[in-house]
Amino acid sequence: MLLIASLLAGLVFGLGLIVSGMANPAKVLGFLDLAGAWDPSLALVMAGAIAVGLVAFLAARNRTVSLLGAAMKLPTARHIDRRLVLGSLLFGIGWGIAGFCPGPGLVALGMGEAKAVVFIAAMLVGMAVFELVERRKPPGIVRTAGGSR
Amino acid sequence: MSIDWNAFTPWSALAGGVIIGIAAAMFALLNGRIAGISGVIGGLLKPAPGDVAWRAAFVAGLLGAPLLYALFAILPKPQIAASEGALVLAGLLVGIGTRYGSGCTSGHGVCGLSRLSPRSLVATAVFMIAGFVTVYVARHVFGM
Repeated sequence: MLLIASLLAGLVFGLGLIVSGMANPAKVLGFLDLAGAWDPSLALVMAGAIAVGLVAFLAARNRTVSLLGAAMKLPTARHIDRRLVLGSLLFGIGWGIAGFCPGPGLVALGMGEAKAVVFIAAMLVGMAVFELVERRKPPGIVRTAGGSR
Repeated sequence: MSIDWNAFTPWSALAGGVIIGIAAAMFALLNGRIAGISGVIGGLLKPAPGDVAWRAAFVAGLLGAPLLYALFAILPKPQIAASEGALVLAGLLVGIGTRYGSGCTSGHGVCGLSRLSPRSLVATAVFMIAGFVTVYVARHVFGM
């Protein structure tokens, strides 16, 4: 049941991206181009999504299990650190270069777009690089003075 | 700033946004999870037992959405102007950046702002501004 719900959520999300026009990088770049002929559509996509989301997350906030009985796994982190800011900065630059973020990239891949294959393949490589770097880093090791390298 | 009234599609944007919001609501209330696409995919790269199938199902839904849409209407063709080289660079930056920043337009932008998370507000402001500046530099400084 949870798997079906997951599949449906992905399907509905993808449909929303197509209907909103956000699966089209040209439209996303039209929003990001403030100095050119500006297309404000993306702002309304966010407004529509957040209007629904506000109600949903208010309803989800105090639940201990989901409507299907799954454990609630909503984020609890609150700290704003360098990783958050630098990561978001890199993401924003990549987003501005091609007009693709992960969701629309996957939807365009589902449309069979060859260029979306290139984008998604590179994105997966980028995510794998992150995993490799993070895995190599021993968690919580405190370096001692004059310690070994 | 001048608004491109021919490109602006307020009603489909708003309707599509509401549909995206419904998807995020379903995922939060039914599965108890955040519909953050970079996080869902990223978790597939460090597979843990019992943690793979729901991620794969969500991604399958995203990939299958165009097929479902095409049953009812003519699928709009995405216009991808970026060269292959630019797409590789963009993909690498999006992949690394979303993992370090713990989210993208869906996880921070849609879900995080809906949860009124200060972390997501900062992340969204940073990637929006970075996107604005990148497009400004590419289009109006280098004329690409």
